[in-house]
Amino acid sequence: MRFELMYESFFKILKGVPLTLEVVFISTLLGFGLAIIIALMRISDNKLYSVPAYSFIYLIRGTPLLLQLYFVYYGISQFSFVRESFLWPILREPFWCGIITLTISTGAYSAEIIRGGIQSVSQGYIESGKALGLGRISLFFRIVMPITIRQALPAYGNELILMVKASSLISIVTLMEITGIARTIISKTYAPVEIFLVAGSIYLFINFIITRLVKYAENRLSIPGA
Amino acid sequence: MKKINLIFISLILAISSTIAIAGDWSKIRIGTEGAYEPWNFTDSAGNIVGAEIDLANDLCKRMNAECTFVQQDWDGIIPALTQGKYDVIMAGMSVTDERKKTISFSKAYMTEPARFFTLNSSPLSTFSSAKNLNLDDDGSATVGTISSLNNALKGAKLGVTVATIHEDFANSYLDTDLKIYPTQDEMNLDLAAGRIDAMLCDVGTAEAFMGTAGGANVVTFGPNVFGGPLGEGVGAGIRQSDADLKVMFDKAIADASADGTITKISMQWFGKDLAP
Repeated sequence: MRFELMYESFFKILKGVPLTLEVVFISTLLGFGLAIIIALMRISDNKLYSVPAYSFIYLIRGTPLLLQLYFVYYGISQFSFVRESFLWPILREPFWCGIITLTISTGAYSAEIIRGGIQSVSQGYIESGKALGLGRISLFFRIVMPITIRQALPAYGNELILMVKASSLISIVTLMEITGIARTIISKTYAPVEIFLVAGSIYLFINFIITRLVKYAENRLSIPGA
Repeated sequence: MKKINLIFISLILAISSTIAIAGDWSKIRIGTEGAYEPWNFTDSAGNIVGAEIDLANDLCKRMNAECTFVQQDWDGIIPALTQGKYDVIMAGMSVTDERKKTISFSKAYMTEPARFFTLNSSPLSTFSSAKNLNLDDDGSATVGTISSLNNALKGAKLGVTVATIHEDFANSYLDTDLKIYPTQDEMNLDLAAGRIDAMLCDVGTAEAFMGTAGGANVVTFGPNVFGGPLGEGVGAGIRQSDADLKVMFDKAIADASADGTITKISMQWFGKDLAP
């Protein structure tokens, strides 16, 4: 074991942490918005909404994330009409291709988590809300959403951790985040064990912080004594 | 206890399986990347083919050895050799001092300069410079060529593949926005799509791409680059402990070079003679 190499590499790999966090943060934020829309479409009684939402979730959850990233990055750029369109300045950048892919992925998974949360809200609460004279919108934001978040938080925390790990895939589209830097160092030092241990520990630490934050939020949102 | 024994036994087996074959080279496993046309690549049927595959088969015949090919991603190709997953690397790998710290090499079996490539619509395509850039020569002509290259490439995105002589060269001589790709194939796609402004690689592999529909708009510019960190040509990578295998390869390569076999294979795959 080359400890000196591990020490040196640690600081090099650390430089990739901001990019990893940035990609995870932006795509989680966008993905959460997408997930709420998809979840509401999914539970709608109108097939015009529920069928597209269901198909989207089925398609994204059923195909590998790596393939989706290849498709967005290398696939779409093959068409010259894409390269000539107004979207190209965005699709040209590996950063945004990574964000788009991860947003779509977490959007699909989180939609199912949120759907489960919404459907767990008991009919009694909704009827009480209606009895108080709440409209559809305030019923959703004041009664349904808070209960949904409490219900869905443990599963969503899991999704956040998966996102941090999934972000390592973007290293294959030339982005130098934690895994990208680690792979570059390995290809020069030929010391995969040492470098992957360092990179793995950094992911472990990030995910440790996330689990603590989620746990803290769970405690804050739990009903005292329940 | 049983479990520990099992681990212990499998460890011994793993170690001895790499030791046992030392000295007995009737079977040789050759590691290659399979993504570096026309050196070594994967055809549409999934077979590994290319100039180095033909050459390896010829060399093995000369050494009376039975050769098998193992496909391995480029960025792990040296660790996999030292760990014993195969015995020889033949993957368009240039012999460099940096790599010699970890593995040894046979004598070079082919040699080819590096060049820059861009799209014919790019302003870089009209860039003109000296014909050759020899990095072993540090005279004023070399310095002038490098600075005019740097001027032309200012602010441009330049693609190279990871852990190659080209990445080393770009890191130590060029001042540009470097994009590092795992394989040549992926870099080719991004050059054609316009995500990078230029790429730096061996001539042969770029010409193979230029011969396809996707690479029809690709043109070359700038000087032939060789010497210095670009190494002494392409050779077979061999574990430092297998000195006997290196002797066998050196002799087989010398014979194949002398009787024109390397020239013949080179003409067939590259359309020109890369024999050393």
